[in-house]
Amino acid sequence: MRVVIPGISGLLGRMVAEALVAKGHEVIGIDRRAWRNAPDGVEMHDVDIRKRAAEDVFRKRRPDAVVHMATVTHLFEAPTEERYRINLGGTRAVFDYAHAHGIAHVIFVGRHTYYGAGPDAPLYHPEDDPPMAVSTFPELADLVAADLYAGTALWRYPDLTTTVLRMAYTLGPTGHGTLAAFLRGRRVPAVLGFDPLFQFLHESDVASAICLALDRRPRGVFNVAGPQPVPLSVLARATGRSTLPLPEFVFAKLLGRFGLPRLPPGALSHIKHPVVVDASAFRAATGFVHEADEVRCMEEFRAAFPPPLPR
Amino acid sequence: MSLFIDDEVRERLERLEIPFNRYGVDPYGISKSHLARFYSALKLFYRHYFSVSVNGLEHVPPRGRAMLVGNHSGGVALDGAMVIASLFFDAEPPRLAQGMAEKFINRFPFASLWSNKLGHFTGLPETAIRLLEDDRCLLVFPEGSRGTAKLYGERHSLVQFGSGFVRLALRTGAPIVPFAFVGGGEAIPTILNSYALGKLVGVPYVPVTPWGVALPLPVALCIEYGEPMHFSGTGAEDDEVIAVHVDEVKSRIAALIDRGRRRRSGELVTTEGGAR
Repeated sequence: MRVVIPGISGLLGRMVAEALVAKGHEVIGIDRRAWRNAPDGVEMHDVDIRKRAAEDVFRKRRPDAVVHMATVTHLFEAPTEERYRINLGGTRAVFDYAHAHGIAHVIFVGRHTYYGAGPDAPLYHPEDDPPMAVSTFPELADLVAADLYAGTALWRYPDLTTTVLRMAYTLGPTGHGTLAAFLRGRRVPAVLGFDPLFQFLHESDVASAICLALDRRPRGVFNVAGPQPVPLSVLARATGRSTLPLPEFVFAKLLGRFGLPRLPPGALSHIKHPVVVDASAFRAATGFVHEADEVRCMEEFRAAFPPPLPR
Repeated sequence: MSLFIDDEVRERLERLEIPFNRYGVDPYGISKSHLARFYSALKLFYRHYFSVSVNGLEHVPPRGRAMLVGNHSGGVALDGAMVIASLFFDAEPPRLAQGMAEKFINRFPFASLWSNKLGHFTGLPETAIRLLEDDRCLLVFPEGSRGTAKLYGERHSLVQFGSGFVRLALRTGAPIVPFAFVGGGEAIPTILNSYALGKLVGVPYVPVTPWGVALPLPVALCIEYGEPMHFSGTGAEDDEVIAVHVDEVKSRIAALIDRGRRRRSGELVTTEGGAR
């Protein structure tokens, strides 16, 4: 199979590419960021996904499938116009090219934070729950919009098999992802009187879930999760950190200082309340089984990123 | 933590049929260490402060999905706490009864944390269905906050029942175990409910007793469980059909309240295993 991966140079993109090459597939990467030491069998194109040169890759190379990972998801700064352009314009471009050049399958890799966190949100969201993140965490609006836009391909391009994946947080030895960044310091900020569940899966399981989706081509929108969620207090303890519970009004003021991570204001609801998804539909459609349990995810992260010593 | 944990609580927690992981957390975030602290404190009230007589506990299925459906009695969650205690301390094996919390609880620090750690999630239909399909035991008060607002003179009455619980039972095939809780109105005799004060702090209302706050008196309480009721259907029936089932459950609970009152006044002798 020939697979195009926009956003290949991100950690998950590289892991998916390596897994595909190992299985004998041909991988074509599109990314403005370089991937040095890309394995043989990966053809790299240093172009912007929204530009003509990117469409040429689709037209000339005629891939069998596309894994769209070229979304900007890190949340440590407020979304800029540029981020909107990449996340929305880029997603549109990927589906337009795929449709124009008769590609059979597109996978959009989204995030489970789509559902948002709030006091009245249920645990274990099914895929048809509305995207409350637009109100609980407005800084995620472009990602929610990209997810919904990708979903419109299901009716706009019925000949194209579209798979929208809503991935839980990743946690593992590479320290990649929003959750790992949140846990990086010695103290993990928490809101006093709240201890929400966090749902994560090992980065190697993320890669294998995407490969499995390529293989099985399930059509539709799917939550992807692995082990059971754990509370923030357990997450901090098991990764060798301690929580620093702050009253809510102090919390917002102290972020970004004293070695605490910087977070946009909307993140507060996601530190008070859980986002937990029901991933049974994806398991049923693909047979996905996670390999790493929650203990292994946290211990491998801890081994690779021991808590920094006090200054 | 182990300092304040009662030995009986520790032993019974080990026999609770909840799938805790290595950290003592179940897939819903229910925490063994929080349960241990809660039950240890609850034991003082259940065994010593109040005198609780529990009857018909054998009607509660030892495992598998079930809904405990009863009346509210007492301005705060005393009724729920005692039912939860009876299932933990006197049922074999011990069972975790999971209440459906009022929506406002999750907005408050600590209240949110403790209700979630003890398994009492916001009362959303989708959450209830998921828990029942997972063979948990739900504790439901169909009177809702209307029920806890009963004043002293209304303490043995039943107010309007919501009908959602019957739809849940039909949809999930869970048996309804009716129960009556008697005595909460004497423990916390509400003379009025301050809705203005409630609005100020963000709760529906604040119950006021002759001594001001809703601290309970050490009175005799009685829990009377009835035989499980099985209804068949899909949960999508018309309101009229559902209303018939709701009335059946309501009248069973009214009869159980009557029974509990007679037992409490000594008219009816407790023969089954009551609280030790």
